[in-house]
Amino acid sequence: MTKMSWFNVTSITLGFAFLYLPMVILVIYSFNASQLVTVWAGFSTKWYAELLQNEAFLDAAWVTLQVAVMSSTIATLLGTMAAYVLVRSGRFWGRTLFSGMIYAPLVMPEVITGLSLLLLFIGIGLDRGVLTIVLAHTTFSMCYVSVVVSSRLMTFDQSLEEAALDLGCSSFDAFRLVTLPIIAPAVISGWLLAFTLSLDDLVIASFTAGPSATTLPIKIFSAVRLGVSPEINALSTIMIAIVAVGVISASLVSKRNSLRIQRDEQAAARAA
Amino acid sequence: MNQTVFAPWDDPKEKPLIRFKGVTKRFGDFTAIDDLTLDIYEREFFALLGPSGCGKTTMMRMLAGFENPTEGVIELSGQNIVPVPPNKRAVNMMFQSYALFPHLTVYDNIAFGLRRGDMPKHDIADRVDEMLKLTRLEKFAARKPHQISGGQRQRVALARSLAKAPKLLLLDEPLGALDAKLRQATQFELVDIQEKTGTTFVIVTHDQEEAMTVASRVAVMDEGRIMQVATPEKIYEAPNSSYVADFIGDVNILTGTVKPAGEGLYQVHWSEGREPNIAASDKNFSEGQTCHLAVRPEKIAISADRPADADNALQGKVLDIAYLGNLSTYHVELQSGKVIKAQTANTRRVSRRSFTWEDPVWVSWTATAGVLLDR
Ligand SMILES: Nc1ncnc2c1ncn2[C@@H]1O[C@H](COP(=O)(O)OP(=O)(O)OP(=O)(O)O)[C@@H](O)[C@H]1O
Ligand SMILES: [Mg+2]
Repeated sequence: MTKMSWFNVTSITLGFAFLYLPMVILVIYSFNASQLVTVWAGFSTKWYAELLQNEAFLDAAWVTLQVAVMSSTIATLLGTMAAYVLVRSGRFWGRTLFSGMIYAPLVMPEVITGLSLLLLFIGIGLDRGVLTIVLAHTTFSMCYVSVVVSSRLMTFDQSLEEAALDLGCSSFDAFRLVTLPIIAPAVISGWLLAFTLSLDDLVIASFTAGPSATTLPIKIFSAVRLGVSPEINALSTIMIAIVAVGVISASLVSKRNSLRIQRDEQAAARAA
Repeated sequence: MNQTVFAPWDDPKEKPLIRFKGVTKRFGDFTAIDDLTLDIYEREFFALLGPSGCGKTTMMRMLAGFENPTEGVIELSGQNIVPVPPNKRAVNMMFQSYALFPHLTVYDNIAFGLRRGDMPKHDIADRVDEMLKLTRLEKFAARKPHQISGGQRQRVALARSLAKAPKLLLLDEPLGALDAKLRQATQFELVDIQEKTGTTFVIVTHDQEEAMTVASRVAVMDEGRIMQVATPEKIYEAPNSSYVADFIGDVNILTGTVKPAGEGLYQVHWSEGREPNIAASDKNFSEGQTCHLAVRPEKIAISADRPADADNALQGKVLDIAYLGNLSTYHVELQSGKVIKAQTANTRRVSRRSFTWEDPVWVSWTATAGVLLDR
């Protein structure tokens, strides 16, 4: 390794401090024994224990999880289908408009998306609850999935599907047996993206959640308005841990995959 | 070999397996296939030959069902197949890019088509093993496509398209990635498979030698049109245009005007003030018509003195000698500046070759050596 200049060391330290210092402080204070967030009074895990007793938080966590799983699954289904149609069907009338409309929610301010969904749900008389949050999250995360999947489909060799058709597959079988397994990594990362988006959405959820169902971000936000409590710190630390474990394991899996392919190719080169 | 000559195209009672009737394919305003009419018969080994971009793959894709003709009808066994989707056609294709399924092993790739039908499991296994053996891939059955070499991939693609024993097999440049030896072996294997299974093959190739070796008939294409369809011998010996003559093998083409000399003989005046060539032709040419005389290099003799009995003899000097192992091609520059290629067998050692650079020589050929063409 080459020796780093003082300039590089400083910039990397500053950069990482900027990114992670707030989180580090949050994690440290979650283990604070004191009730006061800003006064350190020794190490303790009591806030974690207390968290497990807090029904409201546990309910919210359960709702959040349900919403995230359902909305990301539906969004993945719809987003993949939309991407497939857009990439595969070539030019059809209104294609540009159609694809523009799919990607519009990416740049739409969340407040507007949330408000319009709220109006819709009121208009059709749908009671706000888990269902409405799921619908709302599906709406905005589906376009993220479709962006991820369509960029994979662009580089997908279409002759593979043709070969499947040629060998007797129906179009659906060709998709199920050939296209889907090959684009699966993109579909999975689309799902993960939708899942995390749903997990930490506050704005749209606050418009579409009702008294019967509150998500964790809403709960945290409203709790913090009454003052930051060490309990919130503990909860946030757990969320950070979950996200970190997810991100690290996802990157490990993909790294192992690429290593395996490399090794296989070397083996093939030796055999040839 | 066969007792009776295989030539269904000469038999008016024979029904073609494939029939293109006035097929045109346009991409936007670009015409890829231009008013194609062609019959291909059962058990044929039909080769499509032509320069890159002339529409060979497009023709195959129409047969497989991936493209629909803009105009015209394609019939398979007398039935219009244009509305039939690719998965309902008894046609399999080996893709120019192989199109192997990257997520499946070699074994599963080959079994893929078989599993789509209602074939019993152990029959599928037997069939796949048979295919693996045929293409000598037994050792690689458990590998994925990215774990094998280019030539091995090509053989997987071949095995996969053969596995379903289709009525018609389309091979788009099936042997491009193989080395000369494996290529030749596979060519013979293909012919063997074809004879054993009775499948009709349509093969696309850039390699004219390959087409000559394996094909029952060859079609030479240019810019979406078929220039000539005939047996390899006929294409070589009696091309119908200078394009075909030039495309298949080496050829000297002399352009001039024709003057009938009676008894099927013609004089070709191809340069002012030079004695005319004599050429025989069973086609009719009118006086003054522009024509091309195509003479193969191996039909041209080279000698130090003017041969006494040759119909055509021209003087020049040796410009270049291409040594091809068993043959040598002499490039002889005539006084007019035109270069004629003459080929001779190397029966002696190179060091004792009779001619060398700058030697004055005579090139000569008989009246029947060349083909007189009107275009
Ligand atoms: N989908 C398409 N859209 C527009 N043009 C096309 C399309 N497919 C083929 N073409 C054009 O049609 C012509 C014939 O293409 P084709 O692939 O049949 O050539 P080929 O004879 O197989 O060439 P090669 O020997 O290089 O494979 C080419 O000029 C090509 O650019
Ligand atoms: Mg091609």
